[in-house]
Amino acid sequence: MSTADQSSPDAPLDAALRQEITAAVQHAEYKRAASTDALKLVQKRFGYISDKHLAEVAAILGMTPAELDAVATFYNLIFRRPVGRHVILLCDSVACWVMGEAAARAQLRERLGIKPGETTADGRFTLLPIVCLGHCDHAPAMMVDEDQYGDLNAARLDAILDGYK
Amino acid sequence: MEKPLTALIQPDGTPLDITGYERAGGYQALRKALTMTPEAIIGEVTRSKLRGRGGGGFATGRKWDAVPRGADAPRQRYLAVNADEMEPGSFKDRLLLEQTPHQMIESVIISAFAIQASIAYIFVRAEYVLSINRLVRAVAEAEAKGYAGANILGSGYALTIHVHASGGRYICGESSALLTALEGRRPIPRARPPRSASSGLWGKPSVVNNVETLCNVPHIIERGADWFLGLSHSTDGGTKLYGMSGRVKRPGLWELPLGTPLNEILEEHAGGMQDGYECRAVLPGGASSAFIMAADFNVAMDFTSVQKVGSALGTGNIMALDDRRCPVGMLRNLEHFFAQESCGFCTPCRDGLPWVERILAAIEDGEGRPEDLDTLARHTIFLGSDFTFCDLAPGAMQPLASGLKHFRAEFEQHISEKCCPWHDSAGGWA
Repeated sequence: MSTADQSSPDAPLDAALRQEITAAVQHAEYKRAASTDALKLVQKRFGYISDKHLAEVAAILGMTPAELDAVATFYNLIFRRPVGRHVILLCDSVACWVMGEAAARAQLRERLGIKPGETTADGRFTLLPIVCLGHCDHAPAMMVDEDQYGDLNAARLDAILDGYK
Repeated sequence: MEKPLTALIQPDGTPLDITGYERAGGYQALRKALTMTPEAIIGEVTRSKLRGRGGGGFATGRKWDAVPRGADAPRQRYLAVNADEMEPGSFKDRLLLEQTPHQMIESVIISAFAIQASIAYIFVRAEYVLSINRLVRAVAEAEAKGYAGANILGSGYALTIHVHASGGRYICGESSALLTALEGRRPIPRARPPRSASSGLWGKPSVVNNVETLCNVPHIIERGADWFLGLSHSTDGGTKLYGMSGRVKRPGLWELPLGTPLNEILEEHAGGMQDGYECRAVLPGGASSAFIMAADFNVAMDFTSVQKVGSALGTGNIMALDDRRCPVGMLRNLEHFFAQESCGFCTPCRDGLPWVERILAAIEDGEGRPEDLDTLARHTIFLGSDFTFCDLAPGAMQPLASGLKHFRAEFEQHISEKCCPWHDSAGGWA
């Protein structure tokens, strides 16, 4: 995400990335068992999985694009549409609901000017709801990219977002 | 009071590396296990009355014993660790994965040896990035020292351990869906029979165990079943990682004897409710468990006692509903989760859960009708265990059925007053 190269989501996968995917496939017992790993490698580079990349990865895995898409679309954290440079995952499950998730959501919507599921016009943030992050003793909780944050309050939430450019 | 699972957790939260773990007695249980027969290990675990800590509560020894053995049994067998901790309100496995990764790895090796598996997968939810990184490192360290890989400690036993990072979906915690996910297929649950023990991952005998469950195994092997039974206040063995969240003074996790009373966890360990809040009810073991009302807070948190008050121990991570939050709103939140996370394969779950969520939303928003309560009650029957493919929807009906019973007056008040009585107190920062 933060390292995402979003300039060329439709360009063919380069040799280095294909090599990483092939290594994951070789590590797996059966080719398709590497499908989640392969999709994550592409997503790490490009932020999401374009149709062209899906087809390329499917060929490496010996799957049809439809078979791989059935896997890709099943997961909450495999993105089939472009996202911003940083993805905010705000927990909307029960412990956070009790502890003020609605206030966090309202503040994020106001600061970013977007609803959950949308990306800011400058491409900096995508805001998504996420299921229970297992950080319930520090609710309300969220993640930004791979970083986890708990005990959110108004000031802390603003300070966290300031750290992601 | 002994706390075997958490004894090696460091105050600063840094996990012991392999040298530190060995110095603290780590991998001694593995050395002992390798001198035992697999049957003897399964026997000891069976005698310890270790039951699954992921929510199901199935006897671990019995699960292992169901794996075919002997000359005619398939040689390739699998152990899969269910580290897909996504039950709302549950955060116990994260502690063990992040802070005691080598305890997890040693548990995996001993347990895999017991069922004579040659490959083990640790299936970790996508969001547990720290857990994944620490496990990958721990596996590499264990391999370098000869605890994993080929010819473990010269015993002739070989085990490959893979750490699998999920793409993120609650249903992957269902054991057969977890296996399907590992195969790289769209992870919908499988029909049973056959049980995974005879035909699981790629059609081979497979066992799926929860993180906390397995982390008990080295201690059982090292100290024995009688010691393990002595840790517990109930007829089942061991300690339990209890957790508490919601408006309590000190939310957190505590390793306590299995069967510790709920009110002791709430009042002593969690410090009671925050000032100005009253605890009306709890979900004792995650979103898939029924409400326990304040009148039953003296219940012992063990498998049988919690069932006697109409709920389930589940994950043992307790969620408090305080008097300032709306029970209907809480149910709406819970059913939204289940509706979203339904895999969509079987019709009652795919179509029924969104319907339940919409009805709850209408009631919460003041648009409910009296007959809605009958419709919800009907769903608690037809999304129950005889009508769905797996346990997701029946789990989702646990809080709903108990909520309809215990919060009937609040439901009716929403409908007659055409608004949520808690409306003004919801949604603010703490």
